[in-house]
Amino acid sequence: MSEAHAHDHHDDHHHGPEPGIMRWIKTTNHKDLGTLYMWFSFTMFMIGGMMALVIRAELFQPGLQFVDPGFFNSMTTMHALVMIFGGVMPGFVGLANWMVPMMIGASDLALPRINNWGFWILPFAFTLLLSTLFVDGGAPAAGWTMYPPLVLQSGDSLPLLIFAVHMMGVSSITGAINIVVTILNMRAPGMTLLKMPLFVWTWLITAYLLIAVMPVLAGAVTMLLTDRYFGTSFFSAAGGGDPVMFQHIFWFFGHPEVYIMILPAFGIISMIIPVFARKTLFGYDSMVYATASIAFLSFIVWAHHMFTVGMPVAAELFFMFATMLIAVPTGVKVFNWVATMWKGSMSFETPMLFALAFVFLFTIGGFSGLMLAIVPADFQYHDSYFVVAHFHYVLVPGAVFSIMAGVYFWLPKWTGHMYDEKLGKLHFWLSTIFVNVTFFPQHFSGLAGMPRRIPDYATQFAEFNMISSIGAFGFGFSQLILLFVVIKCIRGGQPATGRVWEGARGLEWSIPSPAPYHSFETPPDVPDSEVTSAQEQHA
Amino acid sequence: MASEATLNTKDQKYFVPEPSAWPFMMTISMFVFMIGFASWLNDAEIGKYIFGIGLVMILAMSFIWFRGVVNESLGGSYRVWEDKTFRWSMSWFIFSEVMFFAAFFGALYYARVLSVPWLSGEGSEFSTNEYLWKGFEAAWPTNGPESVGGEFQTIPAWGVPFLNTIILVVSGITFEIAHHMLKEGKRGVCLAFMGLTVALGCLFLFFQAEEYILAYQQLNLTLGSGIYGSTFFMLTGFHGAHVTLGTLMLAIITLRIAKGHFKPTDDSHFAFESVGWYWHFVDVVWIGLFVFVYVV
Amino acid sequence: MKSLLRNTVLAMAAPLLLATGQARAALELNMPRGVTEITREVYGLHMLIFWICVAIGVVVFGAMIWSLIYHRHSKGAKPAQFHESTTVEIAWTLVPFLILIGMAIPAAGTLIKIEDASDADMSIKVTGYQWMWEYEYLDHDVQFFSRLDEATNQARQLKSGIDPTSVDNYLRDVDKYVVVPVDQKVRLLLASNDVIHAWWVPELSGKKDAIPGFINEMWFKAEKTGIYRGQCAELCGRGHGYMPIVVKVVTESEFEAWVNEQGGSMTTDAAEQAASGTQVASAGTTATDAAVDAPADSAAADEGEGQSSEPVQVADAGDAPADGTSEGAAGLSMDDLMAQGKKVYDGQCAACHQVDGSGMAAAGFPAMKGSPVATGDLAEHIDQILNGKGAMPPYKDTLSDEEIAAVITYERNAFGNETGDIIQPADIADAR
Ligand code: HEA
Ligand code: HEA
Ligand code: HEC
Ligand code: CUA
Ligand SMILES: [Cu+2]
Repeated sequence: MSEAHAHDHHDDHHHGPEPGIMRWIKTTNHKDLGTLYMWFSFTMFMIGGMMALVIRAELFQPGLQFVDPGFFNSMTTMHALVMIFGGVMPGFVGLANWMVPMMIGASDLALPRINNWGFWILPFAFTLLLSTLFVDGGAPAAGWTMYPPLVLQSGDSLPLLIFAVHMMGVSSITGAINIVVTILNMRAPGMTLLKMPLFVWTWLITAYLLIAVMPVLAGAVTMLLTDRYFGTSFFSAAGGGDPVMFQHIFWFFGHPEVYIMILPAFGIISMIIPVFARKTLFGYDSMVYATASIAFLSFIVWAHHMFTVGMPVAAELFFMFATMLIAVPTGVKVFNWVATMWKGSMSFETPMLFALAFVFLFTIGGFSGLMLAIVPADFQYHDSYFVVAHFHYVLVPGAVFSIMAGVYFWLPKWTGHMYDEKLGKLHFWLSTIFVNVTFFPQHFSGLAGMPRRIPDYATQFAEFNMISSIGAFGFGFSQLILLFVVIKCIRGGQPATGRVWEGARGLEWSIPSPAPYHSFETPPDVPDSEVTSAQEQHA
Repeated sequence: MASEATLNTKDQKYFVPEPSAWPFMMTISMFVFMIGFASWLNDAEIGKYIFGIGLVMILAMSFIWFRGVVNESLGGSYRVWEDKTFRWSMSWFIFSEVMFFAAFFGALYYARVLSVPWLSGEGSEFSTNEYLWKGFEAAWPTNGPESVGGEFQTIPAWGVPFLNTIILVVSGITFEIAHHMLKEGKRGVCLAFMGLTVALGCLFLFFQAEEYILAYQQLNLTLGSGIYGSTFFMLTGFHGAHVTLGTLMLAIITLRIAKGHFKPTDDSHFAFESVGWYWHFVDVVWIGLFVFVYVV
Repeated sequence: MKSLLRNTVLAMAAPLLLATGQARAALELNMPRGVTEITREVYGLHMLIFWICVAIGVVVFGAMIWSLIYHRHSKGAKPAQFHESTTVEIAWTLVPFLILIGMAIPAAGTLIKIEDASDADMSIKVTGYQWMWEYEYLDHDVQFFSRLDEATNQARQLKSGIDPTSVDNYLRDVDKYVVVPVDQKVRLLLASNDVIHAWWVPELSGKKDAIPGFINEMWFKAEKTGIYRGQCAELCGRGHGYMPIVVKVVTESEFEAWVNEQGGSMTTDAAEQAASGTQVASAGTTATDAAVDAPADSAAADEGEGQSSEPVQVADAGDAPADGTSEGAAGLSMDDLMAQGKKVYDGQCAACHQVDGSGMAAAGFPAMKGSPVATGDLAEHIDQILNGKGAMPPYKDTLSDEEIAAVITYERNAFGNETGDIIQPADIADAR
């Protein structure tokens, strides 16, 4: 294991970071921006999490204790918007910012100024969104899905919501274009497509999904705007439109969106498991094909969110079959991970623990997803807490755990210090236990008939809600440990080697820790020993 | 920045820009614009002024940003590699624009093929018509069972819209001729054809504006004319906005040619080509519009 | 560490086992089997898929746990070198695919059955409102609104101080039940007056959306008499949690008696026509009596109605204005109007504007006390109640002229708004 690549990072022409706050405002450096993205994501995770805690506090017992039902609905709506567009998506973009250039041997992202723009839009977009909490009529309360006609009853918040979504769209599209172009154009010579680490592959496909669907969301909310303020009739039957049309357009965006939140996670997990199993990833090629198949299928399943709107039977059948099909490529991924672990030599550092929990719990969420796809049964599950349980299983111990796994995995590379392993493990166990306490009981309350988006419920659901609320507070407070670990690690700790983990391979591990401000001045060579796919065998 | 270029001795070295405040300023401009627009919609008096200020800020920032990029380009910061980056980026950007229009074309399709027939009782929607909209029969154009916006007439396809189609197609051709001339180093001819392209763009916009005036004043066809008015004006309106932008870009590029920015030997005249791509894209969208909005 | 892991696995497996049904008696853990052929079939499908997932889970998690235990670095395990096998990949693509086909076939069969609403014995048009349901029995000339029961309504207020467990069927009771006969195919025509709602009674059927401007159909055929409860399942605003549905399934003869009591008629003729989809009846013209009032007396309980405290009257949207108002030539007295107005206000308006008229500024609900509208221009006041504004729902279809007149009189004279104005139903009729 040699710390080869002696790059000279102190060429005098070199633009290092500017001092003070202007460094962060003006930076075009992918690592600075990655850091900004990660802190932004964490902040939003806190804010969205606190909104979730308001929800869970109100649902702790039957009866209305704390908030007005309208405000409750606002919390549900804002919680989801903040978590999805502020927590998970920027989290993944942050990881891509940090890691993609290092993994493919690029000097930076292809369009560094656009990268800065894409980031700085976000705080302003969320200022717009969060400011709705203080306007006349309160924050948007029609659910994150913004169905008309209900959403059109919002007060002054509606244009703010819509413009916030537009800004997030600009941010995502510019970010995605940047990543696609970086991957397609900036690879070091020798880094062929099928030698790219899987995190890069999954992001390439995710970015493609983003570019394809964010404009559709922008179109959909624009139609809401004109229906409300400019007299159009897209979603009103009286003028020949249809409220359900919005749902079709929204979910044409919305379903790929949920895969936008899971494909990069698949990438991260595929990076971590081989390292800690000390074994090459099983079935690299099939992982790539499976990712692409999932992305393709994600465009033709959207209506599974709207089985109850009264579609023609043929359409219901088509969307049911297409949705079920997604289990096949996803299964391939799960099986490949298990096969990678099989006969490996595993150790259980924090990133690996999170990755393992991901495989378990995401699969459980996937199973409930498959159940939801069965139309006759979905007539019962739909809009009940069973759905809430499903998507939190894929989102929290899925997407969020993968981000946490990635943070622990790459933190030493970013800071040059090892994090506190004991505290990391504590964070892991508390999170894993509480996440199940929070969301597992929701399966039962949903099956027993509890609808979602209600501030108060019939007394037979009391026990499960109480358990769930306790879990939520436990999970929430456990996240303070993560904050503590990260800050501690930034400030100091045992120095990390360049390779960091025994058995880690890839260009990102071939440079020192902390990674220098500019990782690769000129494109590095890509030796077979640093290729994480099985491709060196073919070479 | 120029120093960066001279130091780029190794050919593969990629241009990494200095830290820059442009993007941040651009964000602020967008923010002001949107706050203004939102308060305007919420009936706040000052809204429209803030909106106006935001718009000016956005334009100013775009100018500053693009001027910077042009200077970098002229200073030789960009080479083959960067050129490729710009090409990829522009292609993906245009793809995102295609998807934006797809949402509206999708709405048109949905309304015509599905929701309007359903309202008239087709398929399994017998009861919808029976109990809610008795007597409504599917037709296109329509402003729905409640005749939202009142009786209206449509603009016939084979008049001005057809003329506009020809104008845009021809402008695509004149642009390509200009492109050719640029490559052959015939700057005068190139400029003439660019001027022609810009003029055709303006002409298109002029006719489009006339159509809108006609629609509003005489045909009673407005944004509020039910689903037909909604899809018609949103599609043609967004397209018109793109033509405006495209014409502006063409005009700027023409000025740059006049200033001698693109040299015939230099094959990195990507700015020129990207405007062309954009223009062709706008052209193709129009043909889609002409067929699906006006003809069919 | 190892024991912790094992405990987690156990903790997760335990509820899975519970869900199998043995423990169902104690807590509601699983989907109800319901009382129709379809709900039982759906329950069967649900359990089938559940068990398939459990089986796959056992295999996948089993393999994983096995490696976690036996292939660990700390035990000196040496990593194997294999990293691909086309055969294996094909196998684990094909096998799940076949399993999925096995699930899809019965699911498709049940779906096709569910979507066949033809040959119904009777039809009910169900209209969602913010926030209540309207039921029109198309074959029996019966029509009424069904709202949250008053006892619940008191207890559900923010910090009401009433323990929800002390209220029978908290949030799941209404003032007027939907009554249907057993063993008959009941077809529901779902419509909406404002936003999207969804009708859901788990023991009778899955849910279906009620979409403004469109009509969706669903049906059920209950095999057992009894009372079945559900609620609106699509987010429809502030009161989404407060629009329950209660269906009472009774015998044929009880149903007949109920219909007669409601002043309807058992015209089987019309029923047949409706089922075959040829009956001509439009929403506005179903002439219904205003006598659906159900004063809370002993008879009400038998009918399965809660203690309805609010008079529910019919407002005919499509009818010519000014009919059906019952005031005498001299109009109603201030006292009558105030008394009725208070009832309407507390039932309809207080949810947003509060019982004491103080409104809720934070949520954007203006105070009635000293409101410029409620103390100012009368025409604007009437218009706002009839047609709504912003988040405020329109009441022209849900309240009668008399009720609107009463509530406006009330608002203009209560909470210290001493305008002295008296508004008569005829004024409302004129404004319509
Ligand atoms: C990261 C996000 C994410 C992911 C990955 C998924 C994955 C899946 N989802 Fe989920 N879903 C959401 C986020 C996500 N979902 C959200 C947010 C909502 C609600 C939105 C709202 O209404 O607010 C939702 C709602 C939702 C619905 C609508 C429910 C309703 O409202 O009625 C449906 C219905 O079909 C569905 C299905 C699926 C399926 C089939 C998958 C599949 O991709 C899962 C595939 C995985 C597996 C099946 C497990 C592993 C596979 C194997 C081990 C192989 C062998 C297995 C078999 C052959 C069974 N989802
Ligand atoms: C990525 C997306 C994501 C994430 C991470 C989460 C995370 C959580 N969600 Fe969320 N949720 C959604 C996406 C997400 N959710 C979506 C899409 C919906 C549907 C919305 C709709 O219906 O429109 C939804 C809806 C939803 C509901 C249903 C609401 C309703 O139907 O009315 C509930 C209820 O329990 C819930 C709970 C939680 C909880 C407890 C967490 C927890 O995991 C959160 C834990 C995090 C924290 C608690 C914050 C971090 C810690 C601190 C800040 C430290 C503590 C400090 C203090 C308290 C001072 N969510
Ligand atoms: C869903 C909540 C809701 C309900 C129920 C409701 N209102 Fe309102 N009401 C509002 C809102 C919101 C406004 C402010 C509308 C606006 O100005 O945009 C309002 C405004 C008013 C106003 C004008 C007040 C002012 O000063 O501007 C009057 C009068 C009024 N409502 C009366 C009633 C009456 C009478 C009822 C019952 C029959 C009722 N409201 C039921 C939400 C409600
Ligand atoms: Cu009606 Cu929810
Ligand atoms: Cu989906």
